[in-house]
Amino acid sequence: MTVAAPSASSARTRRARPPATGPGTGRAQGPSFWMATPALALFGLFAVVPLVGVLVLSFMTWDGLGDPVWAGADNWGRTLTDPVTLNAMRLTAIVTVVSWLFQAPVSLLLGVFMAGRQRYRAVLSVLYFLPLLFSAAAVAIAYRALLDPNFGLGAALGIPLLAQDWIGNPDLALWVVLFVIGWCFVPFHSLLYQGGVRQIPVSLYEAALLDGAGRVQQFFHITLPQLKYTIITSSTLMIVGSLTYFDLIFVLTGGGPGNATRILPLDMYLTGFRSYDMGGASVIAVILVVVGLGVSLALNRLSGANRMESQMEGV
Amino acid sequence: MRPGFARRTGAVVAALTVAAALAACGGGKQPGQAAGGGASAWALTGESGDVLGAQFDAWNEAHPDEEFATEYFANDAYKEKIRTAVGAGNAPTLIYSWAGGTLEDYVANGDVVDLGDSTARLEEQLIPSVADNGKVDGTTYAVPTTHSQPVVLYYNQEVLDAAGIEVPTTYDELLDAVGALQDEDVIPIALAGQSVWPELMWIQYLTDRIGGPEVFQAVLDGEEGAWSDPAIIEATTKIQELVDAGAFGDTFGSVNADQNGDTALVQTGKAGFLLQGSWVYPDFVAGAPELVESGGLGYTSFPLVDDGAGDPANIVGNPSNFWSVSGDASEEAQATAKEFISSEVLNEAAVDDLLAIGTVPPITGIEDKIAEQDDAEYLSFVYGLVSDAPHFQLSWDQALPPAQAQSLLDNLSQLFLGQLDPQQFSDAMDATL
Repeated sequence: MTVAAPSASSARTRRARPPATGPGTGRAQGPSFWMATPALALFGLFAVVPLVGVLVLSFMTWDGLGDPVWAGADNWGRTLTDPVTLNAMRLTAIVTVVSWLFQAPVSLLLGVFMAGRQRYRAVLSVLYFLPLLFSAAAVAIAYRALLDPNFGLGAALGIPLLAQDWIGNPDLALWVVLFVIGWCFVPFHSLLYQGGVRQIPVSLYEAALLDGAGRVQQFFHITLPQLKYTIITSSTLMIVGSLTYFDLIFVLTGGGPGNATRILPLDMYLTGFRSYDMGGASVIAVILVVVGLGVSLALNRLSGANRMESQMEGV
Repeated sequence: MRPGFARRTGAVVAALTVAAALAACGGGKQPGQAAGGGASAWALTGESGDVLGAQFDAWNEAHPDEEFATEYFANDAYKEKIRTAVGAGNAPTLIYSWAGGTLEDYVANGDVVDLGDSTARLEEQLIPSVADNGKVDGTTYAVPTTHSQPVVLYYNQEVLDAAGIEVPTTYDELLDAVGALQDEDVIPIALAGQSVWPELMWIQYLTDRIGGPEVFQAVLDGEEGAWSDPAIIEATTKIQELVDAGAFGDTFGSVNADQNGDTALVQTGKAGFLLQGSWVYPDFVAGAPELVESGGLGYTSFPLVDDGAGDPANIVGNPSNFWSVSGDASEEAQATAKEFISSEVLNEAAVDDLLAIGTVPPITGIEDKIAEQDDAEYLSFVYGLVSDAPHFQLSWDQALPPAQAQSLLDNLSQLFLGQLDPQQFSDAMDATL
């Protein structure tokens, strides 16, 4: 096939496309349904089939060897009364709420700052952006080394305050984990907000300026309302992301000390691949799927994001 | 060009992608098996893995028709991968294991085969307390293939001298030493609490010294209330006594053994003692060569407990790593693997290689060879421990079935953190029996 071929064929397609005649002809306009087949096939193979498998497995006993045996609702009763799993649910709720409370304001403010025209803004933005480029495992290993009370940052700089038992003390570990998660994800959400702020028409600010609005008033009366849908998108990603958060915590603390950072996804993994209780792990997996789907649907509903209308009326 | 070309190309690409994905999933070649149904083996990376690798290379050169395909993995990754592979019928021909509860599971499911007379040579040479771990109900399903790994008490002689203390031989002396070391502002005993498994060594040794091996045997046999045995309660009480006395410092939860955080503390003189497996010795040699050369690194057996019922010569740790032969492998692959076991495993060359890297294979009558090594003193200490031990207790997390082992690690870590008291620990563990 020559290099020119695709463009020639797409040019023909464009010519051949019937002119749009308004609402009602939407279906004829879109590409063929068959174009979605590869995506649907992959989605079915790697998402739907395993999902059904996990649902079935949650009613079976299986240790990874031998054959799975039907267990009825045993796994469900056992898992839902297991103190470790209940604790994991509590921790997951805390992680979700606190992550949002910490990340949302920080990324909003950083995003607004990065969208501005200040001096050194570009340099600082690049620095803020860096954590997004690191793999979670590398970040976890680096933090584990930095926070080591015997050989880490505190010991190296001779600052006793920094030489706490950060990830070995059950009362501190969860907060450290929340901080590191925030450190990793704030750049991404700042980027969303930066994009959002850049889309706000300058004329709005000019009008506000004429009316005598200060910086703070501009932020609360123009920037924030205009960012409504960015906030919804970013919050949905944060909340659903926290529900499935795994790799960083797995490498940083492994769920410890004790069970202090054993959130649900980690509990699922440890139950499945350390205790080899595939039935119990499947129960937790099903719970995660249901809660994750429920939360994102609810967020969509509550926020009215499904009827996202333009915020540009009158501009 | 024909109309609809782009669309048709898309469909073909999609079909190919799906086909490739399907093939990767289930069809095609099984990951554990070499092309053409030959034999394969998985083992661990690291120095003992290099010894095994050299063995396979030599074998493959001598037997071009019966080559082994080998792969090497990191410890934790391997433990998770192998069970999945065995369960799915994709196991390598030679399965590397720690014996114990996992081996029993394999045997119960017919995943491994009786090794038969391929072990005749080894049976004569192996130290019996180590070889016994490869037997299930009197039949040999696994043979030792690497070194023995008893847990020993290391200490930094310079730190002990500074505090003016002798090497403790009893638990009470150890407790006194803890006080003296604290006065010197060092961590008395390095403990990698973040990894949790090093905490097992304390409960294993204390239980054995106090109550003997029968106490844990009752747990393995699943006897009701076996975890509430007075010996275990006393052991866990002593553990909390040590923790409360500050024996492990107040930051042991941040110390990680997989990154040698615990040996580093002893190497740098920040801690006095370390209870660890014999496998950390090469790390001392690499990390603190001056300390090792000047005799500043000491090692001794675990102190005895006054009025304890256990033999002070008993040891805990990993008797060895073992080879089993997969029941899912083809007949010819099984035959190759058995031939390999009968002629190569722990043969003279392998014993020499293991000694050269500072480890001791579980073979009888190698005192003379050991005396010729650079680290002769340390090696003969370890060899003496293993040869003279009436009982060599496999690490509890390997001996128990996985679900119980995981609960043990969970509860033990909470015991060390003071979140559970000894009675709560025993109650929680009794519930897993």
